[in-house]
Amino acid sequence: MADDFKYGPHEKDVRPDGRELGEFRRTVLNIGCITTAEGSALVKLGNTTIMCGIKAELAAPKPAEPDRGFIVPNVQLTPLCSPHFRPGPPSEQAQVMSQFIAEVIKNSGCVDCQNLCVVPGKLVWVLHCDLMCLDYDGNVYDTAVLALLAAFRNTRLPHVEEKEEVPEVTMDKTCSLIVSSQPVSSTFSIFDDRILFVDPTVEEEGLATGMVTVVTVGNKLCMVHKPGGSPLKSEQLLTCFDRAFDRSKEVLRLIEETILSVER
Amino acid sequence: MEIPRSSGFQLRHMMCEFGQLSRPDGDVTVFQGDTSVTTAVYGPGEVRMNKEILNKATVETVFKPKSGLPGCAEKMFERTLRNTCETFLLAALHPRSSISIIVQEIQDSGSFLSCCVNSCCLALLDASVAMKFLVAAVTCAIDSEECIILDPTVKQEKDSCAVLTFVFENKDDSILAVYTTGSYTVQQFQQCSQTCGEASKAVFDFYRTSIEKKLSKAT
Repeated sequence: MADDFKYGPHEKDVRPDGRELGEFRRTVLNIGCITTAEGSALVKLGNTTIMCGIKAELAAPKPAEPDRGFIVPNVQLTPLCSPHFRPGPPSEQAQVMSQFIAEVIKNSGCVDCQNLCVVPGKLVWVLHCDLMCLDYDGNVYDTAVLALLAAFRNTRLPHVEEKEEVPEVTMDKTCSLIVSSQPVSSTFSIFDDRILFVDPTVEEEGLATGMVTVVTVGNKLCMVHKPGGSPLKSEQLLTCFDRAFDRSKEVLRLIEETILSVER
Repeated sequence: MEIPRSSGFQLRHMMCEFGQLSRPDGDVTVFQGDTSVTTAVYGPGEVRMNKEILNKATVETVFKPKSGLPGCAEKMFERTLRNTCETFLLAALHPRSSISIIVQEIQDSGSFLSCCVNSCCLALLDASVAMKFLVAAVTCAIDSEECIILDPTVKQEKDSCAVLTFVFENKDDSILAVYTTGSYTVQQFQQCSQTCGEASKAVFDFYRTSIEKKLSKAT
């Protein structure tokens, strides 16, 4: 079957599921689905499903950086999402993904840690970003970045008032988290050392000879992650960037539309 | 006192020593300015049953930081190194065996990832493992005035707005791996890849002279 897959469809610029090489799967976004979290989002990219919840917690800042809060991303790849994962401590892939998300937040500067400061030197917010994969059907990086961004846009932090050194949290008054930039990720797979295509499914990931993940923010790039795999010419990377910028427009429109429909 | 090096378009001085360790099949310590890394290669050897791959060798990398336990960042580092090595090794020549690469940080004074990749490549050469092509990594930084600094030091990396590492192969100079931090425009990315691509030639020359020196000593 693999050989059929390999030499049949991709040669004719069509993929097994009928998509073209530059076509993403249908993206479905649901914002604010967890009421107990400060912000949440559920994203489906084809069958791949990732749920993101953001919990805020008050803590003391580091003495070296008294006016900076913390953002702690955590990706969970449970046995629920794919038979590939076993229960127990986070797998290597989950750790690598958590680190990837942390770097995307840092490089894009989407949430400034200084905005998470409540009382300098005493109180700051810690945002725990839990990303749970419910269905693993390839391209989890893009799905995770989209879920994270949508959840950040949905996050409302409670108002904190300090009365005689004791912080008082009022849930009646909340304010939205300031999201200063919007990173969007696009993953490309390389097939047979020459064919580039976007948004691989898990089957395609298994057969791919390389991957590139491009994260754009505004009209800049904030991450080009290509850990080995087939070598690419810089012209090929440029076509990836062009497609990534197009994708970012599509994704941002989807987020705006969803937020509007939630507010209505 | 630290002497300002790598100003403009030059790599810091590179140096390497082979055969400091007796047990590994290949080992090298690479110095790139003050940054230094020791890499040991074992293999192709026996593989653990659960890691056995039927049609090719299993490539394993272990990254050991200078102090402390490896965390998420080190895992990502390890994976980048492994994926890079897997691409250029001819793993299909040694089915059901393992090639393990152990990378030990000695000192990180900037451009650390590129030093690690270069030391892996040299250690694999020393161990005479068959490879498709050689790879050379070069790091550059974009500073606040949008100038490109080649082979930055830790301080330059910290002050810059983006740091980009490219891994090139020597067959047709394509880009094998990219790892970046910070944000930059497409144009800056292109400039950096071009500058690093030119600088990678110096790294390939360095490989050649080092191996020549080693072989002339052996006879």
